[in-house]
Amino acid sequence: MYDFLWRALAGGIGVAIVAGPVGSLILWRRMVVFGSALSHSALLGVVLGLALDIGVTAGAILVCFAVALLFVALRRDPRVSDDAVLGIVAHAALALGLVLLVYVSDVSSELLGFLFGDILAVAPADLWWIWGGGAVVLAVLAVIWRPLLAMTVHEELAAVEGVPVAAVRLAFLFAVALVTAVALKIVGALLIISLLIIPAATARRLTRTPEAMAAAASALGVVAVLAGLGASLLWDAPASPAIVLAAALLFALSVAVPAFKSRGAPAPR
Amino acid sequence: MKHAPVAPAPLHGGDRPGTEPLLLVRDAVVARSGERLLDRVEVTVHSGETVTIVGPNGAGKTTLLRVAMGLLAPDSGTVQRRPNLRIGYVPQHFSLDATLPLTVARWLSLSSNATPTQREAALIEVGARGLDGRALQELSGGELRRVLLARALLRQPELLVLDEPVQGVDMAGQADLYELIARAAAARGAGVLMVSHELHFVMATTDRVVCLNRHVCCEGAPESVGKHPEYLALFGGLPSGVAVYTHHHDHAHAASGAVVPLAHDHHHPHRH
Repeated sequence: MYDFLWRALAGGIGVAIVAGPVGSLILWRRMVVFGSALSHSALLGVVLGLALDIGVTAGAILVCFAVALLFVALRRDPRVSDDAVLGIVAHAALALGLVLLVYVSDVSSELLGFLFGDILAVAPADLWWIWGGGAVVLAVLAVIWRPLLAMTVHEELAAVEGVPVAAVRLAFLFAVALVTAVALKIVGALLIISLLIIPAATARRLTRTPEAMAAAASALGVVAVLAGLGASLLWDAPASPAIVLAAALLFALSVAVPAFKSRGAPAPR
Repeated sequence: MKHAPVAPAPLHGGDRPGTEPLLLVRDAVVARSGERLLDRVEVTVHSGETVTIVGPNGAGKTTLLRVAMGLLAPDSGTVQRRPNLRIGYVPQHFSLDATLPLTVARWLSLSSNATPTQREAALIEVGARGLDGRALQELSGGELRRVLLARALLRQPELLVLDEPVQGVDMAGQADLYELIARAAAARGAGVLMVSHELHFVMATTDRVVCLNRHVCCEGAPESVGKHPEYLALFGGLPSGVAVYTHHHDHAHAASGAVVPLAHDHHHPHRH
């Protein structure tokens, strides 16, 4: 009878696990604006998925891949500021998605879900996307982890040392796009970026190696999913925003507790 | 003086000009929005040779290094590097996000296959002993330069490419660091191509100076370039009282600033 709850748990935990390392990399590589652009344009993917009748997640994957390619193209032109253009792309895509959504489907009831997530409506097919897509992303990250870290520290230095920087960057952008697309159902287009970066930012305060930070980010994301779903059950809070709120509370705790405990001594890094 | 190219030079050994160069940049032009950042620039580096590029801000020094390393394709002209040339690069700019928890030791291990013993030896060689457990972001300017140099040396480079290798280092430390670079390159028989802001500091350790202001103004031995009219036109306004560092120190400065005895001779017995 609680099938929807188990599916919500499985979907939420799956996304949180993958979001840990991906979110950490987004922070390290200063790509939060790119992540926002991706997550906002995921809504346009919803429209595409409905219009072509290929499913919401497949549409989101297509659009997110397209934005990733756009990002690669922009990087080639030094005259264009990434942040400005991505900020424009993000909100233009969001607005376009909102406008077009009206024409492809009578979705006013679902709109809130697409924007803010509807984890309690996760279907078995969504779980396949989340766990299948998540496995692909983790496999890609495992392969490119070391060269990607080297590039993150200094891209030209890595290039001189023989890292195929263009290929590694593209692989990573596709990984981010895939995570964003499959996470759409869980937290919605507006909140995906928060599930990526808040647990990672929290984990930064508790860890001393990149791998530990990525793993801790995954664990904190899972805790946030459990807490958010719990709040939804107990107090009837909307589940997806409650998950993001739980992640933010964990971050606030990570800032406040060491400061309180050590009273002025340096916080653990 | 110049011979026709002969068989490839051995990997280690103090070859002088005359053998096949490590790096040959010829007629390189790089243009952006119709403006030439590099105008038919030529640079050659041989094994065991130190070539220093001097020039004012915006002279295209870093652009030339990027062209030389293959990071940037010139719009015209040719760049020849010896096949599979191992380059150790020390970039000028280094800014790492505070959110990446990365120690010096871990970073050194990221893309070289050096053993922990080799990594420690490299840190000791550059006077950065004991920094391995520090976060990269916590390093001072001087410490970071030394760690970057250690990483470049760990690749067993045939060519060291150094972009302002003493940036952020105090005046006394600058001379030390230049001497250290010269010793490290000599011990490996490596060629050095470096950018420096100031000719006087590098005179003692440089074989050839290229004065660059988008085009090569003049080139030659440090003493002759220092007297060249075009060089003086670019740098003539600088105070002339800067000492030329040719003396030898009887001590070295560790990255911490502590004075330590010079103990390099037993690290490089083959220099004798």
